[in-house]
Amino acid sequence: MLLEIQDIHVHYGKIAALKGITLEVDEGEIVTLIGANGAGKTTTLKTISGLRPLTSGRVRFNGDDISRMPGHKRVLVGIGQSPEGRGIFPGMTVEDNLYMGAYARSGDLSKELAEVYELFPRLAERKTQAGGTMSGGEQQMLAIGRALMARPKVLLLDEPSMGLAPKLVQQIFSIIVEINRRGTTVLLVEQNAQQALQIANRAYVLETGHVVKSAQAHALLDDPEVRAAYLGGGAGGEAAVAAAPAETSVPEAREAPDEE
Amino acid sequence: MNTKVSSNRNPLKGVSDGLEVVRDRWAHAPGAARWAVYILLIIGAVILPSETVGNVMSPHSDWTTLLFFPIGGYILLAIGLNVVVGQAGLLDLGYVAFFAIGAYTMAILGKMHGWNFWEVLPVGIFLAALSGVILGAPTLRLRGDYLAIVTLGFGEIIRITARNTDSIGGPNGISGIPHPPTLSEWEFPDVEPLTSLGLGGMAPLKYGALDMRPYYYLMLITIIIVIIFVKRLESSRVGRAWASIREDEDAAELMGVPTFKFKLAAFAIGASIGGAAGVLYGAQATSIIPANFPFIVSAIILAAVVLGGSGNLPGVILGAFLIAWLPERFRGLQDYRILVFGGALVLMMALRPEGLLPSRRRKAELAEGTGGMGSLGAEVGGPTPSVADEALGDAPDDTPDDRPETAEVGK
Repeated sequence: MLLEIQDIHVHYGKIAALKGITLEVDEGEIVTLIGANGAGKTTTLKTISGLRPLTSGRVRFNGDDISRMPGHKRVLVGIGQSPEGRGIFPGMTVEDNLYMGAYARSGDLSKELAEVYELFPRLAERKTQAGGTMSGGEQQMLAIGRALMARPKVLLLDEPSMGLAPKLVQQIFSIIVEINRRGTTVLLVEQNAQQALQIANRAYVLETGHVVKSAQAHALLDDPEVRAAYLGGGAGGEAAVAAAPAETSVPEAREAPDEE
Repeated sequence: MNTKVSSNRNPLKGVSDGLEVVRDRWAHAPGAARWAVYILLIIGAVILPSETVGNVMSPHSDWTTLLFFPIGGYILLAIGLNVVVGQAGLLDLGYVAFFAIGAYTMAILGKMHGWNFWEVLPVGIFLAALSGVILGAPTLRLRGDYLAIVTLGFGEIIRITARNTDSIGGPNGISGIPHPPTLSEWEFPDVEPLTSLGLGGMAPLKYGALDMRPYYYLMLITIIIVIIFVKRLESSRVGRAWASIREDEDAAELMGVPTFKFKLAAFAIGASIGGAAGVLYGAQATSIIPANFPFIVSAIILAAVVLGGSGNLPGVILGAFLIAWLPERFRGLQDYRILVFGGALVLMMALRPEGLLPSRRRKAELAEGTGGMGSLGAEVGGPTPSVADEALGDAPDDTPDDRPETAEVGK
């Protein structure tokens, strides 16, 4: 197992956010955590990446117990995260943001940089633009690209579809599949359960700090309870085609490396 | 009238466009041109204490005294505080404490133990840095406003402790602090143009009781050294780490930046600069009392940093200069000057919240709603509620419900 989380409890002050979560991610998989707001998805990711201390339980990575390892060192062992709300450095240019992603590493970064630009051609066009002035979709690409700069073994993605137009969501998801195909394990947190379950191998359903279900992703797609609770009773996410004039512009779609 | 207001919403717009042009020129200027500007600035600073300049700049009080303190002192303090606030984004409201520690180090070691200024200077810098670490180690886990409150308390603790400690003079402070030993009797040659500037024949390295100019030059050299040091830090790996912490601390940690260590370093470096300013001040003032180090000094230095353009060194220096100089220049207005000064500050913050000479990057940060002054305020409106929401396990107002958001958008 690449990543094992064993019965972790996490508290915010006195309030318990995670009440004994156990999950595993094997090398090469895409695993998704789905659940409603407040189920503890983000907290789980933050605990894995070391932003939240755990009260009890264990996080093991590559067989080593990293429960007490500070967050900035977990990057070096191979955990990369694109945080909730993207966490772009708004005052830095796109390229500086990407270089920050490799802060913990030293040596030649041109290969990683080229790879990120290949995955996200839009970022290459915007190299010198300040991160904060980009659209939501571009920022999401930057957040993922930045996490990849550290060459993580496992990539933690926190709600990459949040606030994005449907077409962009499609694009981001196909890029996640591509990243995984190139050998990076992915742990994906999503509210967009329909999409997440379609690309994932396995899935865990979280409710108020507990894992209530875990199964193969395609099995959950057909699970009546999951359908009722998270998939809108069958009305899938694909219904959305019309481009909403939201904060993101649409033309990005043509650059998707492998449209399906 | 309405149209006039709307077409002219920010009267400083023109100024800021002009600044952009200057900035672009500067960014593309060749090395030689930059050096020429630096040298001109230094020459300007050297002839600044002339009487001719003084008559214009300060008709009501002694210009050379003003130049050392508050002007020089505020500039040095503002550069130090800018490391903490402008670069690392940590709001420190007790910065005066480090200034006090430097001054008291000079007073205690100089007066009671007979050390001379040059021996005290490194000790004062070290003690201030150490107290920065001692203050920071337990408190830097706090963010934004909480950190500000704790540092404010620290500033008060230092001052009140000094007032209540009889062995260092209590409320009467310490007097008879020795001046720095004279380095050289060398005098400026009495030739033009120095003579007509009133600088001919003065000894810039002889630290007496009457002539303030040598102290000003000492301050000037310190400021130049500190600027070089801070500038180099800013463009280093440390500077990048600070910028990332300022812009998004969690993201910085995720990138592998040891955030706590770097925040502590910012505190220590900022504190050591404050300590250096304190040692200089103590050596010139010959007597210090706890009342020299009230909270208002912290507030004024912070105002200088923010007014000038937090994070941008020329801006910070300009801000400190204006904050130190304007109230003295308009001493003729008596007490109204403080009213006018306060009004001018409020107006500035309304019209130009990013400061007089902001860095470009700071503008982008402000536009994004993060950065600015670290996570000041952002902590209240930003991450905390979402964290609490998640912990409480109920859906707040920001997302409709568990239905995929994109589906909502598409319908």
